[in-house]
Amino acid sequence: MKSGWMLLLAAWAIATMATAGALFLGEVMLMTPCTLCWYQRIAMFPMVLILGMACYSNHRSGAVYALPFACIGLVFAGYHTLLLAGWVPSAWVPCGAGVSCAKQSLELFGGVQIPWLSFAAFGLITVLLVCYLKKTSLCNPKN
Amino acid sequence: MQSQKLTVAVFLGAVIAFFALGVYTYQQRNQSAVADTLTQEASRLVRPSSTVLGPMNAPVTIVEFFDPACETCRAFYPLVKDLMRKHPADIRLVMRYAPFHQGSDHVVKLLEAAKLQDKYVPVLEMVLAAQPLWAEHHQPKIELAYQAAAQAGLDVPKALEDAKAPAIQALLAQDMEDIVALKVTKTPTFFVNGRALPSFGAEELQALVSQELAKVKR
Repeated sequence: MKSGWMLLLAAWAIATMATAGALFLGEVMLMTPCTLCWYQRIAMFPMVLILGMACYSNHRSGAVYALPFACIGLVFAGYHTLLLAGWVPSAWVPCGAGVSCAKQSLELFGGVQIPWLSFAAFGLITVLLVCYLKKTSLCNPKN
Repeated sequence: MQSQKLTVAVFLGAVIAFFALGVYTYQQRNQSAVADTLTQEASRLVRPSSTVLGPMNAPVTIVEFFDPACETCRAFYPLVKDLMRKHPADIRLVMRYAPFHQGSDHVVKLLEAAKLQDKYVPVLEMVLAAQPLWAEHHQPKIELAYQAAAQAGLDVPKALEDAKAPAIQALLAQDMEDIVALKVTKTPTFFVNGRALPSFGAEELQALVSQELAKVKR
């Protein structure tokens, strides 16, 4: 196995575990996702399929297609994390009858917030995909 | 490369297996938590003022937390009625209210007031039959529910006056309090002789009722 492919596999594995986690919270624990969570799901779920197919067939283009999803997800997860930290005034977000984005109803392992996990996952996937694309680039003298 | 394909397949299988194990473990834990709550809060399942359909001393008690505007409650009504028809001496149904939908509380009060005119079941059935007409979730047309009740032979103006009685207000307040304590979040929620359904469904309800009936028949 080429080391480049391992980067792609790692990115896909993170997306798959993040998706399984999100589905567990939503479908098994029946927690309603807030709006910001939904946007992050929209960015995360397709990467499981895109990167999965890219790993399976060893197609570099899959990483190209997945990268925008990773970047968009990173922006939303970053904003969500700032909102939790109180650095972004939550007054920007109108109140509704739905689930609050600013008040987390679940913490894992004593204080780990779900949006932090999301931010870490999107961040890692972004870094891994960029490294993979650099490594496999046709301009790369090693290739 | 074959080994790459295999790696992807194995990892995917592992995630799915781990997920399934998580679901199983979580649901087991959840069920025992629900059972604990029910043991602690057993007195909240049936209140002296609760409406009981069927024989008062029946050995099998189905407690249903019910919302007249809920489509699934409407779908389950014939099923519960059928169970009671098959075992007329052995099953009683305790109607508890979880008026989660907007406007449902008015209909619940009307139902309770219908009891005073001895019209509870006909009004309940007519209101459920007419549910698609009146129960739009964001704009309920309660007036149409009242019309349905009138068709069932209810003196609606009198019932609306009776519905203001403190006893009916208190009954609804008690139900709302018990919903929280029993952690009822969805309608219909069924308890059969103090046991919750292992998972929601028609077959599950029938199976649980059959189990409890079998205990009695022994």
